[in-house]
Amino acid sequence: MFIPHTDEQKKDMLATIGVARFDDLIGALPKNLVRPKLNLPGSMSEMELVRHMEELASRDHLAQSYLGAGAYEHFVPTAVWSVALRGEFATAYTPYQAEASQGTLQSIFEFQSLICELFKMDVANASMYDGASAAAEACLVAAKHTGRNEILVPETVHPQTLRVIQTYLAHSGARVTSVPCPNGILEPTVLQKHLGPDTAALLIQNPNFFGCLESHVQELSDLIHKAGGLLIASTYPVALGLIAPPGEYGADIAVAEGQSLGLPLAYGGPYLGLFACKNELLRKMPGRVVGQTLDADGKRAFVLTLQAREQHIRREKATSNICTNQALCALAATIYLSLVGKNGFKELATLNFQKAHYAAQVLAKGAFAPVFQHPFFNEFVVRCPTSPEKIVERLAKKRVLAGLPLGAYYKDRADQLLVCVTEIKTKADMDQFGDLLAEAAR
Amino acid sequence: MNGEKVVEPLSFEKSAPGRKGLPWPVCDVPVIQVDKQIPANLLRTEPAQLPELSEPQVVRHFTRLSHLNYSIDTNFYPLGSCTMKHNPKVNDRIVQIPDFAGLHPLRPHELSQGILEILYEVERWLSEICGMDAFTLQPSAGAQGELTGILVARAYHEHRGEKRPVVLIPDSAHGTNPASVALAGLTAVTVKSTADGQVDLDDLLQKLTKDVALVMMTIPSTLGLFEPRIQDIAKKIHDAGALLYMDGANLNALVGLVRPGDLGVDVLHVNLHKTFATPHGGGGPGAGPVGVKKALEPFLPVPRVAFENGVYRRKFDRTNTIGRVHGFQGNVGVLIRAYAYMRLQGAEGLRDISENAILAANYLKAKLTPLFPKMPAGACMHEVVVSGEGAFGPGVRTLDVAKRLLDYGYYAPTIYFPMIVPEALMIEPTENESKETLDHFVETFRTIIAESKATPDLVKTAPHTTPVRRLDEVRAARDPRLRYKP
Ligand SMILES: Cc1ncc(COP(=O)(O)O)c(C=O)c1O
Repeated sequence: MFIPHTDEQKKDMLATIGVARFDDLIGALPKNLVRPKLNLPGSMSEMELVRHMEELASRDHLAQSYLGAGAYEHFVPTAVWSVALRGEFATAYTPYQAEASQGTLQSIFEFQSLICELFKMDVANASMYDGASAAAEACLVAAKHTGRNEILVPETVHPQTLRVIQTYLAHSGARVTSVPCPNGILEPTVLQKHLGPDTAALLIQNPNFFGCLESHVQELSDLIHKAGGLLIASTYPVALGLIAPPGEYGADIAVAEGQSLGLPLAYGGPYLGLFACKNELLRKMPGRVVGQTLDADGKRAFVLTLQAREQHIRREKATSNICTNQALCALAATIYLSLVGKNGFKELATLNFQKAHYAAQVLAKGAFAPVFQHPFFNEFVVRCPTSPEKIVERLAKKRVLAGLPLGAYYKDRADQLLVCVTEIKTKADMDQFGDLLAEAAR
Repeated sequence: MNGEKVVEPLSFEKSAPGRKGLPWPVCDVPVIQVDKQIPANLLRTEPAQLPELSEPQVVRHFTRLSHLNYSIDTNFYPLGSCTMKHNPKVNDRIVQIPDFAGLHPLRPHELSQGILEILYEVERWLSEICGMDAFTLQPSAGAQGELTGILVARAYHEHRGEKRPVVLIPDSAHGTNPASVALAGLTAVTVKSTADGQVDLDDLLQKLTKDVALVMMTIPSTLGLFEPRIQDIAKKIHDAGALLYMDGANLNALVGLVRPGDLGVDVLHVNLHKTFATPHGGGGPGAGPVGVKKALEPFLPVPRVAFENGVYRRKFDRTNTIGRVHGFQGNVGVLIRAYAYMRLQGAEGLRDISENAILAANYLKAKLTPLFPKMPAGACMHEVVVSGEGAFGPGVRTLDVAKRLLDYGYYAPTIYFPMIVPEALMIEPTENESKETLDHFVETFRTIIAESKATPDLVKTAPHTTPVRRLDEVRAARDPRLRYKP
């Protein structure tokens, strides 16, 4: 199917090589172990495969979802993947030979420019694996840059991001200190108590895991900077159509899960780690970066640059071990942002805001009152009259996902449900959702 | 544009105020005032300056950019170590099935049975192919797989009360190996290679102290060679209380032919974006699943996928786990593609692929031998590595020849890697390239070598026919311009 050689040609090739049979080429393999019997299913034709995959997919068919918590169901315009999956993009490797890879290189340059614009940061790299590893690598950069070891992470940061940070930091000398946020956001007075001479950075997530905007970002930023640490801000790109970007409140490093920018949910990946920072941190930045230059004829051209930071040059002294990143996802995000455009992006954020606030009202009327009074974007926590797990289970039977019960993540929030509403929900959807919830709570 | 000549303007340079590529629906809920809900200091002060373009402009812009690339779909792409094989088109269709694309990663398991079955089977089949006992699918690429594998090995030793701070790595290894070791808080110590590119066994044994946690070997090596003493080496490593890690980037040479676990490998990663035909996407995404022997399984990242009483579940209750390396379950879209690839091939098809990859590499090697005085003797596995020394005209380097190949419509092989081969060319044809293509490629090499002797400047200033000519990389690094500025 994918192998072009005829039997005749194979014979010719072996003759050219000068061996009698194929096995003469693999004489170095231990004879007693060669060609083990593999217990794998038999091969399928393409037609059978498509039917099989469609059947597997249909098992998990869903009517509606109000799950967010770091992965968001946004509308993906058709042009995004119709262009991104072109073979010239999808089947190219990392653009090592720049002269034959200008399409990839220029699109990465545009990607970096777009992310800098969104975040209001100086520089952005060509992507990280996902939002969580971007946050983890940001913590490592902060520790190295400040020569300090403590990373403050408020409870309002995604618990799974925290787990990845802990894995990455485990043997780095740096450590995570959790900062309590009983009120759903980080209070400056609480932060103050945790700052010390070993504080390398404060990592905030804004909007935070509970959907709340961190209301005191500017004070938090001033406090951590006064203490000699860096501010790392993790954010939700779509929210930046409305809310202040990390650069506006003085973040030194901005990271995000970029999935909301045109990528499907796909059960968790491939997603898109966004990483941007101030100029001062450029040479400590992990990952690839594309720069503008000229060719021998004076034409503008793009090339992988500042590679002296990277593993293939610096080996164990590299700023990170990352090599393959999420380039095609970055391309999709680039196409998405180019298509949505300046005004469209603000409109999109506004739609999310309006719909989520309407849904919050509907839910509040049905005895699902908001837990926090802080401003929010498109996600919020409600208190459930009965067990959130039960409610989710009941709605799941109707193929509706009600949201994320918080009890598994926070013991003291066992009665709470995190609900997300994006632009794709209609008023009718949300009214029906309100009815379903009310019914499930009875 | 500062008077520069431009191949394709940036999207930003085509923007005009007020243009729109994607209208959003009218808001169908009662509109409330944003600034009544969110205080002004938390709101964005000015909109992000995204380009303003129509849909046809966007489509044409990116389609034109795509035309500036070489790719597998358009060119022979013999990039060694990267296994640039055909990416089945049916997989593009499969990952876009709405019920796959729409799967939220935090869904309860009752609503994820189809996808969990896929993940469970991918783990099982990779275990079968590699001769390992368990796999995690979480790592997003080879390098993250390395980090995961090293952390797992470290946790295993520590759990047994042993502190082993050192990892031995041959000098032919890929740069991610030492970088991953450093990230795992261990020390990389280099092991020398012999003149024929195999591990220097004396040097290895001398360094194999009780401080060694792990020996990381690429199998077949980055020279495209299978280490015939591997079982013996594995035994010595185990006798010293250390573990054998296999960088599985080159697994395309082994599938169905020999199982790493049978050779004595304790932990390995595989690159699905190489051996299992998922697209490289211009640099990613990939997937770097990690396989281990039984003794290491308790340390794998969570969540694990389990099948109990006819139901698939995600399991988090593993007290000795190293934690998470991915925010969710890994690059699942890539894993679905690998699943589909294995289903298309079956066991025999997969073995056939490895055999044909080896056949093609040896054929190329035989045909190229008269052109390269330093071509090593003997058979190679799936790729051929050769020094350019002595092959080209005066002052012509491997880099120049690589650039000249672009003029003839070939992407360049990997060059200057592995570092122990001076002026290295690493050529990996994969199982997909026809004999005709391989023959033509060799003829092109012959032509370029002749050019390098007759008209060396022509080669030294190549490429000449690509959208841009050779780039000023020094300028890019000295004065970094990393984003559009109006
Ligand atoms: C031998 C070898 N090891 C490790 C890697 C790293 O893999 P990845 O790029 O998927 O992180 C590569 C490929 O780039 C490789 O060729």
